[in-house]
Amino acid sequence: MSKRKPYRREMNNDWWLKNIFYSKYMIREGSSIFITLYSLILAWGVFRLSQGEEAFNAWLSALQHPVSIVFHLLVLLIALYHTITWFSLAPKAVDLYIKGKPLDGKLIVAGHYITFTIVTIFCLIVIML
Amino acid sequence: MSTQATHAQQAVVDKVIEIEILRYRPEQDEKPFPQGFEIPYHPDMSILEALQYIKDHLDSSVSFRWSCRMAICGSCGLMVNNIPKLGCKAFLRDYYPQKVTLEALANFPIERDLVVVMDDFIKKLEEIKPYIIPERDEKCLSEGTYQQTPEQMEKYAKFSMCINCGLCYSACPQYGLDKSFTGPAALALLARYNRDSRDAGSAERMKIVNQEQGVWSCTFVGYCSVVCPKGVDPAAAIQLLKVESSKDYLIGMFKPD
Ligand code: SF4
Ligand code: FES
Repeated sequence: MSKRKPYRREMNNDWWLKNIFYSKYMIREGSSIFITLYSLILAWGVFRLSQGEEAFNAWLSALQHPVSIVFHLLVLLIALYHTITWFSLAPKAVDLYIKGKPLDGKLIVAGHYITFTIVTIFCLIVIML
Repeated sequence: MSTQATHAQQAVVDKVIEIEILRYRPEQDEKPFPQGFEIPYHPDMSILEALQYIKDHLDSSVSFRWSCRMAICGSCGLMVNNIPKLGCKAFLRDYYPQKVTLEALANFPIERDLVVVMDDFIKKLEEIKPYIIPERDEKCLSEGTYQQTPEQMEKYAKFSMCINCGLCYSACPQYGLDKSFTGPAALALLARYNRDSRDAGSAERMKIVNQEQGVWSCTFVGYCSVVCPKGVDPAAAIQLLKVESSKDYLIGMFKPD
């Protein structure tokens, strides 16, 4: 008779705390919660704008509350973390060959940062004007 | 065995390293338990050699798999301090003087001690049709071989280096949480054939790719590519397949077949 009795180890809910690589991944995934909240605030602003000047100004002054400023700084940090970690993964999803050689990953990452900078500056100019 | 014997002789006055192994003997144990060993330390000793020392000198009942001792057969995978490694490619010098803990590869059932049940992994490798499906079957031998340029080979060479060690499955939390996920090595192997200029089986394999358990179970953790001892980069293979799968979907919307 077979004595086989394969043992299955359970994966605990804290699996992502046991290895720094997994923790960083979870922070990257978790950052989308904050980015969603941020977009909801923006969407709320658009909605208030549609209700007229007074409503929109109320929304603007609510944004000046210290809690709101701290929240926005936090979201900025988290969004930067998401961006940096995501850009560093970008070469894996790119399939470009130049003269039969795969394109150097560093160039792909650099391309992302350059595009990011140009778009950011463009948006800032549009907002300031 | 002679290298082990000389190790033992030199070691009398030498340093000692502690190795803890997660033991599991199905005929007598309800669940795995850790067992500690102390062995003579040598900077050039691999984890696999340490296990062989233990089996030869301390406890002959310890079970583990190995064959080539040179990172090519893929049979010696195990968790070293909770990180998937090849026993023959990990060295005591990178851990000494700390204790080394060894455990069977994560995400696989333990058969005994450091030996895991790999059936599910092998089944997945077979499922993706890991062979060239030529455009036309009837090409005669006298017509010669299928030829390929170095550039065409470059497209898939990296994905063909897999030694089926299973470390990437151990590193993948998505596979850990849901065993129906096709998983990193099988998808890399699939990409290897789909990207081969001599192959015409892409359409058949894309059915596997497009499934929920295909590439879309992957959330791009990326640890598979970090632990892979052969630089296969399964995470890249999967992201490239996601692009193909999306193209398939878009094309399907316009001309359903
Ligand atoms: S892809 Fe790498 S880690 Fe995964 S089975 Fe193949 S060689 Fe091992
Ligand atoms: S013994 Fe063959 S890969 Fe380690």
